[in-house]
Formats: sequence, structure tokens, C-alpha cells
Amino acid sequence: MSVSAPESVFPRLEPHLLTVSKPIQYVGGELNSVQKPWDEAEVRWVLMYPDAYEVGLPNQGVQILYEVLNERPWILAERTYAVWPDMEEVLREQGIPQFTVDAHRPVGAFDLFGISFSTELGYTNMLNALDLAGIPIHAVDRDTHPLVIAGGHAAFNPEPIADFVDAAVLGDGEEVVLKISDVVREWKGEGSPGGRVEILRRLAASGTVYVPRFYDVEYDDSGAIASVVPNVPDAPERVRKHTLMDLDQWPYPRNPLVPLAETVHERFSVEIFRGCTRGCRFCQAGMITRPVRERSITTIGDMVENGIQKTGFEEVGLLSLSSADHTEIGDVATGLADRYEGSNVSLSLPSTRVDAFNITLANEFSRNGRRSGLTFAPEGGSERMRKVINKMVTEEDLIRTVAAAYSHGWRQVKLYFMCGLPTETDEDVLQIAELAKKVIATGREVSGRNDIRCTVSIGGFVPKPHTPFQWASQLDVETTDERLRQLRETVRADKRFGRAIGFRYHDGQPGIIEGLLSRGDRRVGRVIEAVWRDGGRFDGWSEHFSYDRWIASAASGLAGTGVDLDWYTLREREYDEVLPWDHLDSGLDKDWMWADWEDALAAARGEDIEVEDCRWTPCYDCGVCPEMGTEIQVGPTGQKLLPLSVV
Amino acid sequence: MQRLRLRYAKRGRLRFTSHRDVSRAIERAVARAGVPMAYSSGFHPHPRISYAGASPTGAASEAEYVELGLAEQRDPEEVRRALDGVLPHGLDLVAVVDSAESLPGSLSDLLQASRWRVDLVGVDEAAAASAVERFLATESVEVERMTKKGLRTFDCRAAVVTMSAGSGSGLDLLLEHGTPAVRPDDVLTGLRELGGLPGESTALLTRLAQGPLDREAAEVGDPLAKRE
Repeated sequence: MSVSAPESVFPRLEPHLLTVSKPIQYVGGELNSVQKPWDEAEVRWVLMYPDAYEVGLPNQGVQILYEVLNERPWILAERTYAVWPDMEEVLREQGIPQFTVDAHRPVGAFDLFGISFSTELGYTNMLNALDLAGIPIHAVDRDTHPLVIAGGHAAFNPEPIADFVDAAVLGDGEEVVLKISDVVREWKGEGSPGGRVEILRRLAASGTVYVPRFYDVEYDDSGAIASVVPNVPDAPERVRKHTLMDLDQWPYPRNPLVPLAETVHERFSVEIFRGCTRGCRFCQAGMITRPVRERSITTIGDMVENGIQKTGFEEVGLLSLSSADHTEIGDVATGLADRYEGSNVSLSLPSTRVDAFNITLANEFSRNGRRSGLTFAPEGGSERMRKVINKMVTEEDLIRTVAAAYSHGWRQVKLYFMCGLPTETDEDVLQIAELAKKVIATGREVSGRNDIRCTVSIGGFVPKPHTPFQWASQLDVETTDERLRQLRETVRADKRFGRAIGFRYHDGQPGIIEGLLSRGDRRVGRVIEAVWRDGGRFDGWSEHFSYDRWIASAASGLAGTGVDLDWYTLREREYDEVLPWDHLDSGLDKDWMWADWEDALAAARGEDIEVEDCRWTPCYDCGVCPEMGTEIQVGPTGQKLLPLSVV
Repeated sequence: MQRLRLRYAKRGRLRFTSHRDVSRAIERAVARAGVPMAYSSGFHPHPRISYAGASPTGAASEAEYVELGLAEQRDPEEVRRALDGVLPHGLDLVAVVDSAESLPGSLSDLLQASRWRVDLVGVDEAAAASAVERFLATESVEVERMTKKGLRTFDCRAAVVTMSAGSGSGLDLLLEHGTPAVRPDDVLTGLRELGGLPGESTALLTRLAQGPLDREAAEVGDPLAKRE
């Protein structure tokens, strides 16, 4: 935490920029980015999305926090991303530290280093960034270095990175980053009494920041966790997640970043609601972001128009976990389609449920001429599997929906599935082929055409913390790959359909590693460190991911613990096992989750149990609202979008 | 359809933008500025923007040109101000003229040559001057460059209209556009291989002007000059 303004590393970097790929990703200068004077800020954040710039820049979470923080005159926030190996080589050779893209300041000079983890596969990139920044990778070895704070969905079980982070924050970040800033400001104002331990103690005492070092973990003889106990008086027994209420009051991003470089999302996205209570048992996002909080139709309209004005993007995505579920989605679609008719602004609706989809909606979204493919996620191939995961989409629903789409001129439908769900058999997976064939046959029939396409996309299921499937065993790599092979063979074998059905899959190896990191405890940290030391980076990229390296590192890192990779991944847990994340409170009642897990197993045996959505049926006591003091916030508001006044 | 010709500069760290980065930035800027663009027809209509003679990634430039097709008539100066206000800092609009009132011929026909300033890093004045002298005294200088079609060998000498080593370690280079296109980088390769310029030397390239070539006077004219 430096007092005087650190020098920009840009002059040292610049001569080497032409020797690396896509140098534009390292120079910053995005439209709507900000650079504030170092000396005028009292609290300084560096925010990282631990992946390449092209993936990290569009991340909404980082963009929102960047803006929320920089709006305060006393706070400064800059961004950094994972550098590619060619740039890493330059930095190490030249002795240039990990830097921010805004003012090219060394990351080590900031007070706080916030890292947003959407996925566990970014952990090695965090270690690399810390090391490049000159920050000791183990939290206990740090002195005046920045406080390293993890956030994002993966932070709901930060135990595998507990040794590397100083703190973790669960849930929505908008308010909590300001609270943390307040605490740090006060402490710095007093002259930073008590150093690092004291500021961490104050953050832990606030009850909303998890500081791993203040908790002792004991293991029993079987290798399972015996207890997790706070070791300082101020640390709460359980650390709670944050929930932002009234999203209309937080219409961010207001000034979306527009990069010069090409990124993975070339569009402006408006989050139309947060949370989902459909109750799909595999879905961590749907469990940890409850309750549903909608933005009103008028706020959505304002945010879309503001975003178009400020960015010049031609595509606007209406983002959420299940966008067609917004109470006024029809009016939103019609209102926006009316507004932008004849312009080159196109609208897209990612994440649409089969049962919430309707052709009127789809037509509104493609009124401006662009008719992209439709994507649905039945997730389970057989009716039985869909009951197990509580994704109550019937085959009739799906066939009716695709028939409507094909008869209205769509030619391409993409279907997402998972392989390795609890109680799944080969037969359940092969049902996917039957479903895809029916989709094609129906499409040909209703459209009278032969150029109907259906793409089946399938990946391995990874059980996640804070879900009813957190106790489930994960399917091993060999069986996963064998099921996927059989499915592909079955699809290809039928000459009538083989060519009309595309098949995309992710093999089982990365899934098992993701499984280890998802449900791991503190002992897994040694595995992550071993992988990074052996050169592991960018584990989310198939060309960089090395299964062999992870296997070898798991063997060495877990040696002597009595547990191994299979213990973390392939083992079903018992009711009374202490889970590594039990002291982290997502609001979900563990007994409700267990009952829901048992319901899943009952459904697998043929019992007819369905958990309905609490937005339109009575509360089923998942526990979140009373535990967190929150409530469902949905419309309808009854308002309509007005045409824009002529500029 | 009204056609406007724009001259813009690529300055500072934005010299690391690629041609594709710049074209995306310009497309978004015209959208933000509300310039009434004409669009191509078809399923995916694109705004009518044509680029000519774009500089390579990493080279700064004071003279890049682009032509916009507008659906409605606009005052060029008004468009210049509106666009300059919304372009990222470092992509700066220098001038806008109506094509109908400037020199006849397409932009790519008018952009016949470029004047470059080449700032050599870590090379002393005498070494630069002697390399230039040897280069100019040679009739043909074959160099190799990796292109999308593989390694190509071509002459980089003929395209050099004039070159001189100025004060410090800067070169002034007048390069004619042609086929195969000879880039300042290729001339540097030639200077290293033939002229004995140190192999490790790096250079900062800046395009100062681009336009019609007056070979006699060894000068580059203004492609946006008024039509006679």
C-alpha cells in the first residue's frame, strides 16, 4: 500500500508491445474508462477478472464495481486481467510487475485487490497475477501488500484458495465494496493501527467479510472435516452473503466500457433481473442468488437506451438466469422492438426456458431482421432425468416449442444437455439422440423443408456447493466419455438424421478438476499451487489445460492427507458430514436442501414430486428470505415503454 | 448518397490498435454520434464505410483516411465535431470533406505514397546515416516477410522514393504504395541486412502524410484537397 503515486510501467512496457500477440489488450484506453489522480484517492482498488482480456473485459460484475467505486471521489479503481504467456515472459524478463490497464500502475501498490471468480478454473491465473505483482502468494506472508479479496460465484466456497486470499465476499458486490472501502478508509485515516491483522479483524467483525485465517479447520480420522471454528472473538460463526435489494436504484453499468480490442461479447447487456427460483437442483447460480429481484420495465428501457447512446453497440442482450420469466417480458420485448424498429439495433434474449418461450416473443426479438438460432436447455435427455433435476420441461413442451419456431421460419435450434447427473444411466443419455431426431422430424414436417438443423451441446455435470446436489457423487471421466461416445455413435448411425444433427461436447477431464476445485477444502490449495508452479495457467482454455499436470499435482499435493482426487469428486456425502462451506451462509436451509436431494432420489425411482417456483406458488421454505431478511421483488408494474422523444 | 472523406490520426497508445480494432471503433462512433449512415442492403446490413491504406498495428499515424456514405446530407464540419467528440482519445479526427468537392478518384487511387518518420531506438546517428547510404546505393534489396500465404521474398528498394537520416536517430522515408506492398518494416529489414543496422534495434513508426505522389518534387500531396 504505497503512499506516493507509483510510476506508470507503460514506458518500460511499450518497447515490447509489438513482440506480443494483440498488444491492444494491454494498453487500456477503453471508451468510458476512467483515470483518477492517485493522490486524491483515500482508498484504492484494483479489480481483476482472472482470464484473458477478451473474456474479462465484458464481465458485468467487474464493470459494475469499477463504476460504483469510481463514482466516489475518495475511491479509485483500476482493472487488470490475466496476461498471456508471451506477455508473462516479457514481464518476467524485464522485471515489469503485473499492471493495471487504466494507468499502468503496479498492482502491488493498491490497498485492495478484488478478484472476481465466475469459475474455479481461474485459480491458477490468480496465483500467477499475484506472483507477477510481487505479492507473496500465501496470505500469511504478506505485509504491506494489498488485501486480496475473492468474490463471484466461486467465492461461495473459497476454501481451496483460503491460503491465498486475505478475504472473500459472498453475493452481490455493489454495496459491500463500499462498506469495505469505508472500513479501510477509517483504518488508514487512523494511521493503519495494528497493520494487516487489525484491518482484517475489523472487516471480519463487520460480519459480512470472510477472513479464512480467523477460522481453524480440524479433520477427523476418515479425512472428513471435524470442525470449522473461529479463532478470534470478532469472527462470526457463519459469514453471510450479500443481497442487493431494489435493483432499480442500482442501474449499472451506466457507462459501459467499450474496448478497442475484440472481445467475446460484442454487445451491451442489461440485467433484467437477478436470482432464479425455478429450483433446478444442479444450478448453483439459481440457488445462491435468491430471491428473484426484477428491474422494472421502465428502468430496463432507460438502461437500454442509455447503453446504446454511450456505447454504439448494435446488439442489446437482456440478461438474467431465465430471461423469459420476467413478469413483463412481453411488454419489454414489444416496447423495445417498437422503439428500435428501422434502426440497426438488434435485441437478444439469452437463457430462455422452453416452457416460458413463445413465438410472439421470439418474433419481437427478431423484428429488426436478424434471426439467430434459438437455444434451449432441457439439460436432461429423458423425462426421468428432468424430474431428478427438477427441470420440468416435458418432451411435448419441447416439441411444441420447436415446431412453432420451425414453422415461423427458424431453421436452427441448439439444445444444451448435461451428462453424469445423479442416478443417470446410459439409456438416459441415449434418449438425447431420440429427442434430437424428433426435433428434426417435427421441423421437417411443419416447415416442409429439409435444411432443418439441430445442434446438441453436452457437457459433464459438476456438483456444486450450496445446491441440493452438493452431496452427489460426480461421474468419473471414463464413464462420462463413454456415454458421450455412445451418444455420438447413436446420432451418427441414423442416416436420416445424422447430418441434420450437430454434436458438440466437452470431455470429462476438465469437469473432474472443476469438481475438485468446487467442492474442495483447504487441503486442495496445495494442489492448485503445485499446478501453478509446474506452469499451469488458463485452465479454462482447452489448449492450456493439462489433465496430466492436475493429476500429478493432486497426487503430490494431497500426499499424506489420507484423501485423494476421487475422495473429493466421486464420493457421495452423508447427511451429517461437515461440508467445507457450511460456515458460509447462502441463506439456504441445509435441511431443506437435504430434503430436496432426497426428493430428487425419490423422483429417480418414479415418484411424482415437483418443486414449483415460489414466484407463482406458495413459499416452499428454502430458507433464504427469512434468513437474509429479503423478499421477492417482481412486477408487473403495469407500465409500458414510451417511444423515445425525437432527438 | 453523400460521401464524406475523413482524415484521422492514431496517436499515443492507440497505435497498438489493429485495422479491425479501428474499424469497430469508427462504426460505434458513428452510431453514438448519430451520423445518418447509409447501409448496405442484404440480410446483415453494414454501414457504408470504406477504408484505404490502413497503417499496420503498432504504427502511429497522422494521416489515415476513411470514406463514409451518408443517407442524408450533412455539413462536413458538423460531422467532424460530432465524431471527434465520441471517438476514443487517441483516435482523433483531423479533417472531414465532401468527396464531391475534393479531388476526383477513389481514396485508394489517391493514396499513392506515404511519408514516414522512423525513430530508431538505440542506434546512433552515424550508423543510421551509413546504413541509409548503402541502402540507397543499391539497386535492388531483397527481403523476406512471413505473409498469410507463407514466406515471401520481394524487393523493398524500388518503392523507396527518398530516404534520409535526419538529426538524432530519425529517418525520413517516402514510400510508394504498390504491389507487393512494401512496408516501413520491410525497409528496416533491408537496412539491417544490407546496411548493417543493428539487428536488435526497434523502431517507432509514424505516418506523417499519405496521398498523391509528386515524384519530381518527392512530395506527398493532400488527398482531401479541393477539386480544381
